[in-house]
Amino acid sequence: MDAQVQAQGRGPGVDPADVHGRRSYLIGLAYAVGLTLASFWAATTSDVYAPAVPVLLAALAIAQMGVHVTFFLHISSAPDQTNNFLALEFGIFITGLVIFGSMMIMANLNHNMVSMDQLMQMQR
Amino acid sequence: MSTAEEAIRRMTDIPLSMRGPAPARVIAGFGFWLFLLSDVILFSALFSAYAVLSGATAGGPSGAELFDKGHVFQETMCLLASSVTCGFGLLAVQKADSRGMYLWMGVTFLLGLCFLTLETGEFGAMVAAGHGPSRSAFLSSFFALVGTHGLHVSMGLIWLIVMLLQVKTLGFRPMVQRRFFCFALFWHALDIVWVGVLTIVYLGAR
Repeated sequence: MDAQVQAQGRGPGVDPADVHGRRSYLIGLAYAVGLTLASFWAATTSDVYAPAVPVLLAALAIAQMGVHVTFFLHISSAPDQTNNFLALEFGIFITGLVIFGSMMIMANLNHNMVSMDQLMQMQR
Repeated sequence: MSTAEEAIRRMTDIPLSMRGPAPARVIAGFGFWLFLLSDVILFSALFSAYAVLSGATAGGPSGAELFDKGHVFQETMCLLASSVTCGFGLLAVQKADSRGMYLWMGVTFLLGLCFLTLETGEFGAMVAAGHGPSRSAFLSSFFALVGTHGLHVSMGLIWLIVMLLQVKTLGFRPMVQRRFFCFALFWHALDIVWVGVLTIVYLGAR
């Protein structure tokens, strides 16, 4: 690692000084293809307990996103990448808030809403 | 102590605020990384709309009846392969190897075009069968989410053509390499979003 990188950190993606070369992309490709095939298998199989399938799919998707971030975008938690990693964590945090927050609020509203039949009764 | 260690010690002795600006490459990369994360947040809004509305079919077809898994598998493989060839192309850009760059970025372009052709074919068939975005809330949110991803891929392809022209006219100067580098980040990020689309929309369809 040269003095410049040590002192000022590095950006996301490959660095000119990187020695990974094609190897990291090929490792990433192997993992990603394996996880994609596993996802398609999980979505069509009847060997897995049906209510557990969405959780399995979510786990495989999160693993695959991790593979893409590590082997394609070359983001890591190394000390020279603190800025990139902090930004990524913040992005994940907001994404989680928006998606799970919306789903929770909408499910709650749905639960508390008067059913259509009762609503029609009340309007009479 | 070697000269390199000595240099590092001298650099890190200086307080962070006084080390001067980071190289342009780091600034451009980090700034673009922040843009990509904000783009992911845009997608998170579309994903949450889809998650909330996916059951609201209004008597129309549900996802499980509409989506063809074989077709989606082809789209996924096109995008995944294009991400890897884009990485190879970027390595060629860094070595200022124009033959390698034209080869791998050309393959990336064709794979991206393949993906778009498959996707527009799917959309066209759905609209022709009367299952367009106006059919139900589920289909509106489907077309908004998957369509936005497709729009990003189209923008990426236009950007790639512009970059190829810039290499042709300006050569591999640092400015052009930085732009190519941002393009590669964009292309990889689109593939990550597609993993979410694949899992939530296509494989998660009930």
